[in-house]
Amino acid sequence: MKDFAYAVPATLARAAALWREAPDASRFLAGGTDLLGMMKDFVIQPARVISLAAIPELRGIREEDGALVIGAMTPLGDVIASPLVRARCPALVQAAAGIKSPQLRNMATLGGDLLQRPRCWYFRRGFGLLGMKDGKSLVLDGEDRFHAILGNAGPAKFASPSSIAPALVAAGAELLVWNGEGTRRMAALDLYRTPEREEESEFSLAGGEILVAVRLPAARPASATCEVRQRKSLDWPVAAASACLDLENGRVAGARLVLGQVAPVPWLVDVTSLLAGKPLDEEGAKAAAEAALKDATPLAGNGYKVQVAEVAARRALLAAAGKAG
Amino acid sequence: MSEERGFSRRKFLQGVGAGALAAGAMPDLARGAEAPEDAPDLAGPGPVPVTLDVNGVRTTIEVEPRVTLLDALRSRLDITGAKKVCDHGACGACTVLLDGRPVYACSMLAIAAQGKKIETVESLAPGGELNAVQQAFVAHDGLQCGFCTSGFVLASEALLRQNPRPSHEEVLEALSGNLCRCGSYQGIKKASGAAPGGG
Ligand SMILES: Cc1cc2nc3c(=O)[nH]c(=O)nc-3n(C[C@H](O)[C@H](O)[C@H](O)COP(=O)(O)OP(=O)(O)OC[C@H]3O[C@@H](n4cnc5c(N)ncnc54)[C@H](O)[C@@H]3O)c2cc1C
Ligand code: FES
Ligand code: FES
Repeated sequence: MKDFAYAVPATLARAAALWREAPDASRFLAGGTDLLGMMKDFVIQPARVISLAAIPELRGIREEDGALVIGAMTPLGDVIASPLVRARCPALVQAAAGIKSPQLRNMATLGGDLLQRPRCWYFRRGFGLLGMKDGKSLVLDGEDRFHAILGNAGPAKFASPSSIAPALVAAGAELLVWNGEGTRRMAALDLYRTPEREEESEFSLAGGEILVAVRLPAARPASATCEVRQRKSLDWPVAAASACLDLENGRVAGARLVLGQVAPVPWLVDVTSLLAGKPLDEEGAKAAAEAALKDATPLAGNGYKVQVAEVAARRALLAAAGKAG
Repeated sequence: MSEERGFSRRKFLQGVGAGALAAGAMPDLARGAEAPEDAPDLAGPGPVPVTLDVNGVRTTIEVEPRVTLLDALRSRLDITGAKKVCDHGACGACTVLLDGRPVYACSMLAIAAQGKKIETVESLAPGGELNAVQQAFVAHDGLQCGFCTSGFVLASEALLRQNPRPSHEEVLEALSGNLCRCGSYQGIKKASGAAPGGG
């Protein structure tokens, strides 16, 4: 890893100031499990690393005006252990628990998970987010088995890697972001974007913006996450789905389904119209899962992911309704 | 929950106060937002003093901020129980306990481990006598080449301190962050489940 200068600012204002001194050369450090790996591989080589470990606003889990606020620097292990989170958002706890191992969950933070970079092997070998060489997509020419099957018409073929993001999007979570002067609020889904050109980011944060906390406005007890994994630990899911239902007297009033690992962004599908007014059953879950995948455009080597994602989606919907899939 | 074992500013200042940061850093950090923006609170890129509390002994070494905890332990402190295999958080050979919890030493900076209690496998057998977990690994053939063993032992140790009578599922979960290239899993699982709590 290339050498760098290191700082541990104690306030958001100071962190932003440190960034502004060297905007192109700085990176924020949370748990380090993604950032240090990329630095060791020389994919990124910041001259300045700004640790977020000493900023109090980024820590802790608390209730605030009826909402649940979880600091971005909260380790995933603490998210899982929190009775508040368990009661309010099973989908989030299940997503975090799927990230194995205990060592990772003791280190990796909620914010770091949301902002981890894609796993595309061409990106991780230094060919850029779009994985291009001599104007051609290495993904299309090469090994694409874990790449996107939805939202992949443009040059971005990578899959959004975060297990946590689909759960938060399904639950209607908001993100609190420090922009150097104050805190702005955005929907969790708006953190993500599909880059059209190599210089663009897959995140909508401006340089130097800090993710402060995740805010869950309402309790989402009828929510669940289901993943399909090749290996049970030390790897990302092949496909994942989080579902969140509004139930009125056991009947569906609203249904948000979000697929993970299938598109450059968390893939939100509103399946309310398919499910509304009835109790959720096997048939409805199957129909909704099929509908969510019907526009899939798999690449040469990842057609299998369509079926895998459908299975994850069906199971997540049933689990959210309290039924085993 | 996070508050309990989380971060306090006092702890942080104790940690970095030993000189990880340039001399001007202390007043800056203490004053927080009022600090002048040009306060010199950057450490490195050259070597800086880093104080690590390893197995009950505090030692100050001079390392660059880019040095990982694993490299500091192995190459600077000569504590080689934690092994380097993948160097990417994907095998568990470098597992150490940080304030009692298992972490990957390859995936954190030494400078960021200041102020924390670091335990390596060496601490389990101070006088050369193996602790209960280690003895269970011997008794149940929990190893072949042994390269993964210190990581598995520490992952098991952390589990058993929290949960002296783990179920089979709890053992599998606790060991899910460690790989054994020799495939000694049957023995490892038996050892981890059989060791009487925490040695
Ligand atoms: C073997 C292995 C298996 C894994 N399996 C999974 C899995 O199944 N599912 C999954 O979701 N993840 C998985 N991960 C990824 C892991 O969860 C992430 O590496 C981790 O969550 C990143 O968090 P961190 O705190 O370590 O972030 P860091 O590595 O410190 O940071 C990650 C990125 O986010 C930025 N950043 C972090 N926090 C902030 C903030 N508050 N504001 C602004 N920018 C910030 C950093 O600058 C950096 O670019 C796996 C990792 C490994 C090594
Ligand atoms: S060497 Fe650290 S996890 Fe493999
Ligand atoms: S005993 Fe050889 S790697 Fe586990």
